[in-house]
Amino acid sequence: MTRTRALIAVTLATLVVVAAAALVPVARAADPIKLGFGMALTGGLSANGKPALLAVEIWKDDVNKKGGLLGRPVQLIYYDDQTNPSTVPGIYTKLLDVDKVDLVISGYGTNLIAPLMPIAMERKLTVMGMFGLANNEKYQYPNYFQIQPAGPDPQTSTAIGFFELAARQNPKPQTVAIVGADAEYPQNALVGARELIKRYGLKTVYDKTYPPSTVDYTPIVRAIKATNPDIVFVASYPPDSVGMLRAAHEVGLQPKIFGGGMVGLMFTTVMTSMGSMLNGVVNYDFWAPEPPFLAIPGIKEFLKEYQARAEKAGVDPLGYYLPPYSYALVQVLGQAVEATKGLDQQKIADHIRATEFNTIVGKVKFGKNGEWAKGRTLMVQYQKISGNSIDQFRGPGKKVVLYPDEFKSGNLIYPYAAALK
Amino acid sequence: MARTLPALGVGVVVVLAGVALATMRVNPYLYFAGYVILQYVVIATAWNILGGYGGYVNFGTPAFFALGAYTAVFLIRSIKAPLPVLIVAGGLVAALLGLGIGYLTLRLRGTFFSIATLALSVVLQTMIINWEYVGGSRGISVIRPSGPPFGNYVVFLFTVMLGLAVVAVLVARFIERSWIGRGLAALRDNEEAAECMGVPTLRLKLFATTISGFLLGVAGAPFPYYVTFVEPNSAFALDYAVNALAMPMIGGTTSWVGPVIGAVLLGTTQQLATVTISSELNLLIVGVVLVAFVVLAPEGILGLVRRVRGRI
Amino acid sequence: MFSWDLLANAVVAGVLLGGFYAAVSLGIGLIFGLLDIANIAQPAFVILGAYAAYVMNSAYGLDPILTGIAFTPVFYVLGAVVYRIYYGSFERRGEESLRGLVFFFGILFIMEVSLSLKFGVDYRLVQAGYIGKSFELAGVGVSFRYLVPCVVGVAMTAALYLFLGRTFYGRAIMAVSQDQAALRLMGANPVQIKTIAFGVGIAAASLAGALLITIAPVIPSTDRDYIGRMFAITVLGGMGSIGGTLVAAIILGVIESLMATFFGPSWSLAVSFGILLAALAVRPAGLFGR
Repeated sequence: MTRTRALIAVTLATLVVVAAAALVPVARAADPIKLGFGMALTGGLSANGKPALLAVEIWKDDVNKKGGLLGRPVQLIYYDDQTNPSTVPGIYTKLLDVDKVDLVISGYGTNLIAPLMPIAMERKLTVMGMFGLANNEKYQYPNYFQIQPAGPDPQTSTAIGFFELAARQNPKPQTVAIVGADAEYPQNALVGARELIKRYGLKTVYDKTYPPSTVDYTPIVRAIKATNPDIVFVASYPPDSVGMLRAAHEVGLQPKIFGGGMVGLMFTTVMTSMGSMLNGVVNYDFWAPEPPFLAIPGIKEFLKEYQARAEKAGVDPLGYYLPPYSYALVQVLGQAVEATKGLDQQKIADHIRATEFNTIVGKVKFGKNGEWAKGRTLMVQYQKISGNSIDQFRGPGKKVVLYPDEFKSGNLIYPYAAALK
Repeated sequence: MARTLPALGVGVVVVLAGVALATMRVNPYLYFAGYVILQYVVIATAWNILGGYGGYVNFGTPAFFALGAYTAVFLIRSIKAPLPVLIVAGGLVAALLGLGIGYLTLRLRGTFFSIATLALSVVLQTMIINWEYVGGSRGISVIRPSGPPFGNYVVFLFTVMLGLAVVAVLVARFIERSWIGRGLAALRDNEEAAECMGVPTLRLKLFATTISGFLLGVAGAPFPYYVTFVEPNSAFALDYAVNALAMPMIGGTTSWVGPVIGAVLLGTTQQLATVTISSELNLLIVGVVLVAFVVLAPEGILGLVRRVRGRI
Repeated sequence: MFSWDLLANAVVAGVLLGGFYAAVSLGIGLIFGLLDIANIAQPAFVILGAYAAYVMNSAYGLDPILTGIAFTPVFYVLGAVVYRIYYGSFERRGEESLRGLVFFFGILFIMEVSLSLKFGVDYRLVQAGYIGKSFELAGVGVSFRYLVPCVVGVAMTAALYLFLGRTFYGRAIMAVSQDQAALRLMGANPVQIKTIAFGVGIAAASLAGALLITIAPVIPSTDRDYIGRMFAITVLGGMGSIGGTLVAAIILGVIESLMATFFGPSWSLAVSFGILLAALAVRPAGLFGR
């Protein structure tokens, strides 16, 4: 028995030594500036996490081609957070204390940003958030900045354009059905939608949620149809977006305006597979290949590079949703480092707070709680899509921007049924 | 019984060593990784009391863990209860659930019991998702109390978890060596025969499910303060079910040492893979390690060690 | 909110969904129900089948269900190989159940990651003429996207039922789950019989995956959504009862559909599993258990 114990002890000791060895920082060459983050490379959000990573990598290559930041090359250090918030504290502590990164950005998504906030606050870091909704409302941490253009009122940002467009129609639609998945983003969007329904004086006739693992959406759609609503607002993740839309076609649900907060419709694989079934859907978005966005300097070069590398990286081939913003996020950070001529977290944060930045998604100015000073969540409508070719989605006219007015690139086809013809 | 006191002594020494380590403030990352690994020591040990000793495979580990975590969330939100209260309350609520599944064993055995615990997990997760007060499906941010001992809350949590792990292991060791452990082993081998021999099977099973549930809840209670953001998908993650099962298997299920070895080995592998491999390959490694261990070490590390020793 | 029209529609939709669930659960009904091998990686094989259907559909425009049928021999061989590894590592040593579970969890992770390395993490869909189309019969809407999987699911159940009841190997599989010694006396090799059964179970996953991707988009981690449902249906139907699997699948489908229509879809899964719990407490062997 003693020898068994000894063997066990040796095994455990070896393990501890190996673990410790793995934690010793590697000697550095040329003293690069290290940018650290966790990113969803597996799990539910990886379909967005991996394209975001590619965008950051492209930025790194662009910067290093021009001689780096402050004359030092930029190095990325990142780990897979598995779309699981409980990995985030460990990953960032490792990044900060073992890898000794100089700068951090968040992973993708509200749930992965939330556990990073206390760490950033404790260490007084400047932290750039990559698409999280209202992460800073509870903390009000001054050195947090969010690249998602939700604006000062994040909760209603997804739905505001949708209800604004509905309210502008004549006669004004009266009844609303809202439905969404039992998950973080859809629930937030629904809370915003409920507030807007009150604000615009509409009447709710259906308000339910469903589990994300639902297989058949036809019963839900049929129940909605039975209430005969003018407006149907859906807040969903990719599998349920597809499920709801297909079921709407099968059941013949044709409200006056349909869509809202359906994540995933803008994914290229989904767009090409769904084809004409997308026509008429009014949905939130952040980027569209429409003239106001294509005119911004730098974006075309970025997309060219992204699309060339997308296949090898196994990510969305067009990259019209998240990648431009991921690139813009590191652009802001890089410009702030250059402007403050150093890596002092407080100075960087002060600079970001005070400055308007030129990025490949346009001018970015941060305001209250680190959100964009002025919101810019788009409302688009899919129009005149036919067949399943990918090329039709590359240019303008298929995903027409309707809201906000300063980015408007076309007109709403109303009611929904008219766009289906 | 004579060896209980020395074991207690070793436990106290381990805790003291942990406190010393906490005051030393070595690399902070070690405390984060250490916390997770120790949490798995508790989970694996707790699972093994029912699964390893008693032969009832609980697939609903995530339900117990999450119940501990959400009890803590509720108490933090409602009355800002201190950590010891959270741990005890989280344990008690999970113990109640354990008692409940204990009565299930009256009718369900083997795989049926496992599937029932899995179903329980789904039902419980749906309840949490629809309970807005503890964050619902959106999740909830938990702010840690200020001014923790050792100057850093996670360092503090690390020592707390170390203490809990020692307690869990001592409990498991005590059960294993007492008549309870022998009774459980008897009913694992043949429940009918044990019943005929006069082993109070129902009482033993209820005891095992309750204690196991209590310890699983205890493991989950500090989780909100560790991660600072709790949402149903990660609290009910499949990982807990897999690890609770895999760690004792890898270590060896017949002795209290087995789950500890398994948790340290697999937990460390997972932690290292997460923070050294910058791609999805980290999950692949975990998969390969699982397969390799169960194929190459059929009776766990303990069995392997015994076999090697036998040959010498 | 209630109307007879909605009720009829909900029941029909539930039955169609149940037919699909049956198709997904048949493989595990065979492997777990009859062979007592808790193959937790079965949903991963289903997703593999879905990706096979996706590849053939996007490259050659082949119908997903045809692909599913065409790939059954490949999956059969794959299943046979997996069983041989499992047998050599666990069953021969007589300690299968628990360690085997860990083994299959490992396989599940490995398959998920391999799929994501090969195909990336984008949602994948297939195209077929019947997706998005529906017809109406006496006020009840039927969408082809669910009708086709349901018909295939019922056909698969019937085929498996006949195979197990009428053929030599089928009867041998039934026998192997009951009395291996007697089987040996008959001159059959239990390991060979089990290999065949396992292969058939995995082959069923090929077709099930094709049906799955017809209904909904797929990513490598979609398998996690089906682990619970598959095992629940098998247990509720009664271990080893193929007909029971179909009945249980339809019960689950109808409950989900009714919940989604009339109460709150949010609770539909929980109610299904609650009913499973209650059913197990009352009748531990399942509805049609041995």
